[in-house]
Amino acid sequence: MNAWLKERSELGVCAVLLVLGVLVLTDALRIPTDFAQRGPVGPKAVPIVVGTLLLIVAVLLARDVLRGGRGEAEGGEDIDLTAPADLRTVLLLCGAFLANAALIGVVGFPISGAVLFWGAAYALGSRSLVRDAWIAAGLSIATFLVFNNLLGVPLPGGPLMEVF
Amino acid sequence: MQQLLDGFATALTPTHLLFAAIGVLLGTAIGVLPGIGPAMAVALLLPITYGMEPTGAFIMFAGIYYGGMFGGSTTSILLNTPGESAAVVTAIEGNPMARRGRGAQALAAAAIGHFTGGIIGTLLIVLLAPFVAKHAVDIGAPDFFAIMVLAFIAVTSVLGSSRVRGVASLLIGLTIGLVGLDEMTGQQRLTFGSLHLADGIDVVVVAVALFAVGEALWVAAHLRRKAFSPIPVGRPWLSRADLRRTWKPWLRGPVIGFPFGAIPAGGAEIPTFLSYVTEKRLSSNKDEWGKGAIEGVAGPESTASASAAGTLVTMLTLGLPTTATAAVMLAAFQQYGIQPGPLLFQRESGLVWALIASLFIGLTLLLVLNLPLAPLWAKLLRIPRPYLYAGILFFASVGAYAVNADVFDLLVMFVIGLLGLAMRRYGLPILPAIIGVILGPAAEQQMRRALQLSDGSLTGLVNTPLSIAVYVVILVILFFPLVKRVAGRRTPPTPLPEREKVDA
Repeated sequence: MNAWLKERSELGVCAVLLVLGVLVLTDALRIPTDFAQRGPVGPKAVPIVVGTLLLIVAVLLARDVLRGGRGEAEGGEDIDLTAPADLRTVLLLCGAFLANAALIGVVGFPISGAVLFWGAAYALGSRSLVRDAWIAAGLSIATFLVFNNLLGVPLPGGPLMEVF
Repeated sequence: MQQLLDGFATALTPTHLLFAAIGVLLGTAIGVLPGIGPAMAVALLLPITYGMEPTGAFIMFAGIYYGGMFGGSTTSILLNTPGESAAVVTAIEGNPMARRGRGAQALAAAAIGHFTGGIIGTLLIVLLAPFVAKHAVDIGAPDFFAIMVLAFIAVTSVLGSSRVRGVASLLIGLTIGLVGLDEMTGQQRLTFGSLHLADGIDVVVVAVALFAVGEALWVAAHLRRKAFSPIPVGRPWLSRADLRRTWKPWLRGPVIGFPFGAIPAGGAEIPTFLSYVTEKRLSSNKDEWGKGAIEGVAGPESTASASAAGTLVTMLTLGLPTTATAAVMLAAFQQYGIQPGPLLFQRESGLVWALIASLFIGLTLLLVLNLPLAPLWAKLLRIPRPYLYAGILFFASVGAYAVNADVFDLLVMFVIGLLGLAMRRYGLPILPAIIGVILGPAAEQQMRRALQLSDGSLTGLVNTPLSIAVYVVILVILFFPLVKRVAGRRTPPTPLPEREKVDA
């Protein structure tokens, strides 16, 4: 059973499409149309069409997968499809990404951005930890200065920048 | 003509020249760098639109677009790993050339092919775009809706191996596009009561999530641990014998590339392949093909560059993106509150002509800068991969956060990035999704406007000659596979449409 599912993990995509379809449809049916409607076609029509199509495509895709169809994984210059997916790297990357989201409001971008870069480089297999830290700090501070001071796009400086 | 000269006057100011130079250099670097395509590059640079005036930004984006195509051929030739889909065909002949010690000639044939294709393509923009724009002013809501539906159908049917996966991707994009307040009635859709979602999901966040975060995560899952070794190469040059073989393919390229770029058929993939086949058929020394025929580099590269120009015509005059890069550039226009379309040439004529003039300047800069810089670009291939992909995630986060200075956008980007990862894993193409996000809301507007005019009667969607013609084309595309199945197995496997003679 487990091997069967693993072979057909693409059914997960069908599940996502199915959930999306249900979500779009239930949300559309809840929209009140009796007032504020301009023109014969209200805000409901398109979501209903999209939701229905999502359900249909979910079923069609499931049929395709059960008949042996498989989506072709995307290739690329740095991609080695012969190796199994490296979940640990992906999870570590997600961690680094979310760390930035969690920290940016607290310690400011220069620090949270550096944490993100350092963590991502570590996750991807870089092991020169000290050099990475210098690069991360330099990149983060330089980006902050370019965006905040040069381009006029505000980023939170955090306590570090208040010192200056 | 006067407008074009004014455009040159704008584009030749020192600041704009600088932006053009930054654009082409950045674009080439990005094209050479593995893992980053021009669409991701423009997506990652979208945040600069918050702090920069539009003319400079678009001059830079155009430079990145052409430069990215240009750089993609370098990896094709030296590594046999095309960076961009446009450069896939180049690898077939370019890499054997490099392995036989003719890498310098291959790079030169590609570079000059790019220049020729780009210049001819841009000249065609100058000739055609105002004409198309003038006539497109008259086309109404039903026509626009029909053309957008055509874009949806074409992008899901022509591209990729699986139609159902293309449609799934498009629907995901349309769903993301639905989030927010309905523009006509102000009703909340898919917001689940969240104030953050009421404004909709910013296109920048979606583009960066799909192109940058999704890609970085996907590469991380399958990172190649063993590095490639690029073939060392000297300064590109061509002998007289090479020139005699390449000038015709260079000139033939735009004939194939430009019309294909202008229609929503997936950008440069099909035309570069067609150019390859054409050159092979026309070549006098056929036994060299597969072992490094220079025509097989010159033709497709010129085609790719001209198709980029064709793409710009459709994007600027109709507001219709036919490639991922054009889709992201369209998002940039929207950031400035500028709506590309027939009226663009009237309302923003200064911007448009400066952009077109900068294409000529950018192409010249590309040729002048990149022929001598080729050995340097080849060195870029050695960048440590952890830094490369960590950097992509880093700048993606900067971009998404800078939109609204809101952590919520980072989380939305994370979720859509995971979606992008899953889409790459299961063969759902990315282009239909981004087209759905960008064109979906516009298509809905046009449809509702058309139906409003016809008082709800569905005939309001098909009451113009143009819309009827477009729907006929859609039906042909939809039923083409069926016809092929019925027509049986005797027909050759690649009956591609006969579009070569559209060129002016």
